[in-house]
Amino acid sequence: MADKAAAYACAERIYAAFLAAGAAPVEADILQPAEVLLDLYGEDIRARAYVTADPLRGEMMLRPDFTVPVVQMHMAHGADPARYAYRGEVFRKQEHLTPRKSEYLQVGYEVFARDDPSAADAEVFALFAGLLAPLRLRAATGDIGILMAAVRGLRTLDSRKAALLRHVWRPQRFTRLLERFGGRAGAAPARRRLLEAGPVPLVGLRSEAEIAARLAALREDAAAPPVSAEEVAMLEDLLNLSATSPAALARLREMARALPAIGPAADRMEARLDALAARGVDVAALAFEASHGRTTLEYYDGFVFSFHAADPDLPPVASGGRYDALTAVLGQGRSIPAVGGVVRPGLVADLGGLG
Amino acid sequence: MTLKLGVPSKGRLMEQCFDWFGARGVTLRRTGSEREYAGAVEGAEGVELVLLSAGEIPRELAQGRIHLGITGTDLVRDRLADWDRQVRELVPLGFGHADLVIAVPAAWEDVSTLDDLDAVAAAFRRVHGQRLRIATKYHRLVRDHLAANGIADYQLVDSQGATEGTVKNLTAEAIADITSSGETLRANHLKVLDEAPILHSQAALFAARAADWGGEAGRAYRALAARLDLPAPPV
Repeated sequence: MADKAAAYACAERIYAAFLAAGAAPVEADILQPAEVLLDLYGEDIRARAYVTADPLRGEMMLRPDFTVPVVQMHMAHGADPARYAYRGEVFRKQEHLTPRKSEYLQVGYEVFARDDPSAADAEVFALFAGLLAPLRLRAATGDIGILMAAVRGLRTLDSRKAALLRHVWRPQRFTRLLERFGGRAGAAPARRRLLEAGPVPLVGLRSEAEIAARLAALREDAAAPPVSAEEVAMLEDLLNLSATSPAALARLREMARALPAIGPAADRMEARLDALAARGVDVAALAFEASHGRTTLEYYDGFVFSFHAADPDLPPVASGGRYDALTAVLGQGRSIPAVGGVVRPGLVADLGGLG
Repeated sequence: MTLKLGVPSKGRLMEQCFDWFGARGVTLRRTGSEREYAGAVEGAEGVELVLLSAGEIPRELAQGRIHLGITGTDLVRDRLADWDRQVRELVPLGFGHADLVIAVPAAWEDVSTLDDLDAVAAAFRRVHGQRLRIATKYHRLVRDHLAANGIADYQLVDSQGATEGTVKNLTAEAIADITSSGETLRANHLKVLDEAPILHSQAALFAARAADWGGEAGRAYRALAARLDLPAPPV
């Protein structure tokens, strides 16, 4: 395993390449307010980030990534389009004995641009692919936007679509919801007993009206027909789609005949492949998985990518994607399309460096 | 070094521990005044009784400062990351049974499963602008359980006691706590979700993997193990 000095040297080299690509250098505090990260990622982040207490500022976290502070900084006073580069340690608590590191370097590159998202996606991917080429890594790509478009296009209640969209990043719960909405998992016996409960005093903040509203929603859901077997099957096909990019695109075009809602997302994928090809990426061989990026910590909602070493036990050497929705969440009413990624220079050094 | 045996220092749990050992011919008792935390062991050579708060026993085991310790399986699994790499459960003791459950207001007639709780958490956040609060002292167990079930939009708030009262006091919307009969929950107008508990807990005897098991402590353990029918190598 390469030592820290080698990782730092590697980080500086990658950082310099990102600056040379036109990025402005930015820094972020190591101590980040926990509340923002908890609101964004949920309680799960507590298991993955070091939480510490500041006597005046309350709970703080050792930064688990740079994306959030960089987006916050851009939303507060950045003008677009903008390109940023950063490097530094991130901290990930390990709850189990594992060779995974709890402290490592990241070097990142982020693009905030309103025009031509395909070009921005291609710019980031091609920059990473070019830089990492000496390591002969395996690239994987995906597009969470296609899955989201497919869900939005289902012919069913908006409440069901919202529930599925909320759990796009939790595959297990997504599958469970899909089974329920598809009528494959019957209502739990407990659900049928709901109305038998006698009157009891209501305690807590949640009001009678909120309970009544949900009961009405449950009745509406019970009365609505299930999501059709064809649509469920199509979503499952989509989730399992894994092929080279041109073959995946052709398959998506076929699916779009029955599920027109994914048409525009397929158009965007085609535009991105063209933009990638124009930057010299061999798209014919580029792997595409529709489920790629669904289990990461990040908030990706469009193009996603990662670069992997041959050893399957190693974490990705680099990863990234598009996170348009995150800028809206952190932008307090404003938003901007954004795409970026990070490299782990420690792993690059372990693999022999960039030559 | 003597073999150090950590036992809860007070209450029903201490008495049940004493009874369990007593029934197997090893007498544990407190010595000195009623307020002094000192103990004695009769019927087993080289064993030293250490009286501790049940909540501190997992930590003392993890550090290897005691060789053996009795505490709830709930506390060991919650307090220790990768608990079975740090301690070994030698024998469940058959007392101190309790379930770690999630409870919500009984008047929430629209909620009986984790699926419901997840849907309510989403709606609650929309209406109130904050994540649904679940009061507990079992942070790791509850978080792991909710993560494994893909529950979102909740937050854990720490409650080290009187957890059932947090909902009425508006500091939480739901709780996750240990219950044996459910009476305190009912008295506070709460109901348990119709799901398997997060954990069926009971008192158990644990061995510390980090402790020094050589020399006198090792000999004392072998003698004790023969008497109590424990696994021969402790860890």
